Amino acid sequence: MGNRDLIINLEDIHFSYPGGQPVLNGVSLKFYRGDRVGLLGANGSGKTTLFQTIMGLLKPTGGRLEIIGRPCTTEDDFRFVRRKIGLLFQDSDDQLFSPTVLEDVAFGPLNLGKSREEAMASARSTLDYLGLKGFEDRITYKLSGGEKRLVALATVLAMEPEVLLLDEPTNGLDDRTREILTHTLTRLDLSFILISHELDFVNQVTNTVFAMENGRILTDAEIHVHQHVHAHPYGSSAHKHS
Amino acid sequence: MLLDATSIKSPLESLDPRVKLVATVAFSVITAVANRFPVLLMALALGAGLMVVARVTASDVIRRLTPVNLLMLFLWLFLPLTYPGESIQSIGPFTVTREGVLYAARLTVKSNAIMMALIVLVTSTPVFTLGHAMHELGIPQKFVHLFLFTYRYIHVLYREYLRMANSLKIRNFRPGTNWHTYRTFSYMVGMLLVRSVDRADRVHRAMVCRGFNGRLYSLREFKFTGRDAAVLTAAALVVLALGVWEWVIGT
Repeated sequence: MGNRDLIINLEDIHFSYPGGQPVLNGVSLKFYRGDRVGLLGANGSGKTTLFQTIMGLLKPTGGRLEIIGRPCTTEDDFRFVRRKIGLLFQDSDDQLFSPTVLEDVAFGPLNLGKSREEAMASARSTLDYLGLKGFEDRITYKLSGGEKRLVALATVLAMEPEVLLLDEPTNGLDDRTREILTHTLTRLDLSFILISHELDFVNQVTNTVFAMENGRILTDAEIHVHQHVHAHPYGSSAHKHS
Repeated sequence: MLLDATSIKSPLESLDPRVKLVATVAFSVITAVANRFPVLLMALALGAGLMVVARVTASDVIRRLTPVNLLMLFLWLFLPLTYPGESIQSIGPFTVTREGVLYAARLTVKSNAIMMALIVLVTSTPVFTLGHAMHELGIPQKFVHLFLFTYRYIHVLYREYLRMANSLKIRNFRPGTNWHTYRTFSYMVGMLLVRSVDRADRVHRAMVCRGFNGRLYSLREFKFTGRDAAVLTAAALVVLALGVWEWVIGT
């Protein structure tokens, strides 16, 4: 694979909150265009922190971060990163702040310098794409949990990112919304990393699985867990070994 | 729980929100500084008239005027007894002063008139539109953002409060006059504060991820029509007339 297709390149990233234990303890990751990575790991293993570091929301205390061949350190560098990479937050209420759905989805495109008309058009087509036609004038805080998640996804997709970072996207979703999400992720021509505790879902939409533990990404040799998991159609629910 | 534009259609809804905002502010200021009773009663009548035009329902009126008038009731308890002036009635060791009564009456009329104008404003304009109108009128971004975000997230915070209240309930918490209650409530208030700071932080991060650079956009374009011009002129004349009545004719 050529170097051109290396999108995210993390080398030995460290992060700790002032006076706290290290949250990221030497994370290295190479993520290529077309990769669909599932990121597993216990609560508190640093998965969300890793996402926020990639987006430049948290500044690493050590290590090297390169996005599409550019080393990223300053806020300006990360402004570029945020055009290329979209982050879906765990709690959609954090992401939807505008009065109406259309305004929220158009917010990103407007920030990218699109005109009002262009932004509205791309917001509309993104909503249509996710089956949210007719949601344009709905009030964001009155949406159901599932609707909020899909609209939040629309706000990210409307910016036409090359990579998506999805932080527990299926958390608290009903089967129907999960179905829409699964469907969208499998047919999208996008690369993504997704954090999830739902192994069935991870198996369905990703082609690589990494595990995080104590602020590090385990190498393939260290994760036998996921291969075991792949073998079982019932995922994490109780089952008998034959 | 939230104030919101009701679904009733009134002729005021289609007015340019900037006009409504300017007119309401001008009306409130003149009512707040006026002191003569005829002028104040006129303002009250105008406020009531506007509510009729805006087709505010009686239940809305009662719901929104009650808190103000509870405060007024409180003032009526104290002002007549404490305001220095000519005594008109003695009740035990206390004396009721004429000036005190007039002062309380003035405040009551003023605040009701202003409240009525504000009720008309919020029932005929969605709050977010109001925020964008504030922006269009050149009110500093910080105020506008504060206004819009308070409105958007008060609902989320309220739900967080309800969740905490429920978690107290399911653990059989019964408030009483004791330290346990005070401590629990102060924990709850503190936790709500911490959570809202956290929430604000996350919202800001989410906005930064989408390229936020300090600007909010409105997809709505305001149109200033002939009708808006007419209403604005009428409002200016009314405010001017109230001013003339107060300071020119009255003296």
